[in-house]
Amino acid sequence: MVHDALIIAGKDLRLEARSRVALNQVLPFVLAVVLLFGFALDADTALLRRATSGLFWVTVLFSAVIMVQRSFAIERQDGVTDALRLSSLSPGGIFLGKVVSLFCQLIVVEVVLGLCVVVFYDVTLSGGALLAVVSVVATLGIAAAGSLYGPLAAGLRNRDTLLPLLLLPVLAPILLGASRAFETALGRGVGGGWQWAAMLGIFAAVYLALGVAVWGTLLEET
Amino acid sequence: MTESVPAPPAVGPTSTSSRGTRVLGAVCLVGLAVTGLYAFVVTGPDVRLGNSVRIMYVHVPTVTAAYCLMIANAGFSIYTLWKKSTFADLAAHACAEVGVVMLGLTLVVGAIWGRMTWGAFWVWDARLTTTALLFLMYVGYLAVRGLPAPPRVRATRSAIVGIAAACLIPVVHKSVEWWASLHQNETVLGKVNPNIEGNQYFTLMLSMVVFALVAVWLTIHRFRVLWLTEQLDEVGVDAAIDERRAEHTGVEVGR
Repeated sequence: MVHDALIIAGKDLRLEARSRVALNQVLPFVLAVVLLFGFALDADTALLRRATSGLFWVTVLFSAVIMVQRSFAIERQDGVTDALRLSSLSPGGIFLGKVVSLFCQLIVVEVVLGLCVVVFYDVTLSGGALLAVVSVVATLGIAAAGSLYGPLAAGLRNRDTLLPLLLLPVLAPILLGASRAFETALGRGVGGGWQWAAMLGIFAAVYLALGVAVWGTLLEET
Repeated sequence: MTESVPAPPAVGPTSTSSRGTRVLGAVCLVGLAVTGLYAFVVTGPDVRLGNSVRIMYVHVPTVTAAYCLMIANAGFSIYTLWKKSTFADLAAHACAEVGVVMLGLTLVVGAIWGRMTWGAFWVWDARLTTTALLFLMYVGYLAVRGLPAPPRVRATRSAIVGIAAACLIPVVHKSVEWWASLHQNETVLGKVNPNIEGNQYFTLMLSMVVFALVAVWLTIHRFRVLWLTEQLDEVGVDAAIDERRAEHTGVEVGR
């Protein structure tokens, strides 16, 4: 399964490296959102600093929706879904591959976004270990949930509008947990950062397990 | 409805109601009337909450019914994936639809109650926020059900979304509870637990039973309509195929 996952993740990341959609579209989108939050909150640096954690994760969620749509739109073209079904790759492996590829792309987005908030919102980064762990587990959860809902609601014209409705309420615990943990790491929260990290871990584990269990059926039936 | 289905299947309902559902419906209507009587006439206003306590007789039963329907939806979804059962698939659909209506009603009457008690339509209380998120998740579930697809594909897709939503209920609730405990002002929540006894307690219990029956009644009816629609679609396709064959061979069929 791990071998199959690496094959799929490699395929997706190679496609991404060649098409540069993340670089040319998602990263500028992230920059635009960072600037728009600045305009919306009247460029009040103190307020922006206070709201950084929430704004950071809201931007990550919006980017994740775009990237999940992209990740499954490429599968819809040229009958790739059928080719995957016909290949001997295990469905769980394909799911994990999609998760790994989304995870890698989202981590790149988060690094760039982190630099943007440091520059534009004048934030001083602290609590490095907590920031890193929370980023990893939260991103894993987003990638797992995105890969589960992606085949249902991405890639076909009449389904694209459905993905945010399905994905955003489901990702609400990630937004809550990751924002609060970031606040703690940045010295503005009331503690419990590692508790939130554990909750995010449980979320990711639930979605990874569910994805591995049902993705075969999903691939066959959609 | 029966006339429009030329060849009803051997198993499953053949009309939108039966003697049992009609009796249940009558019991529900009488129950609602009695509950209304108790809620508005027999019981008086609460010492602390005043007349707003009457909203509780709708709010608590609807949210209980909604949660039970969501659990039923998860159970039927698992059975759908396991046995590929059309019956369970349509039952899951009916549960989700009625559940969403109940959750919507809970949110609306809860907001009105909040305005009267807390002075705001919405407070970021853990239970309220969880209910709002659940409402959105099941609206998403119904949207997935609404996507054009063959019945089997639709059944699998929606069963997976239903199971995923159910798996998430504890995580959503726990996270929102932690989050709200950091933000919530305890003095505001202090007013929420009224002491219920006597007629108020009886009215609440009565409305719980009546709303549970109403939820069951609506779900059964919704299920029957969905089942008949499904049968009609299948019969419709068969009839169209027969018609085209008849055109080809010149034989008149079923006119």
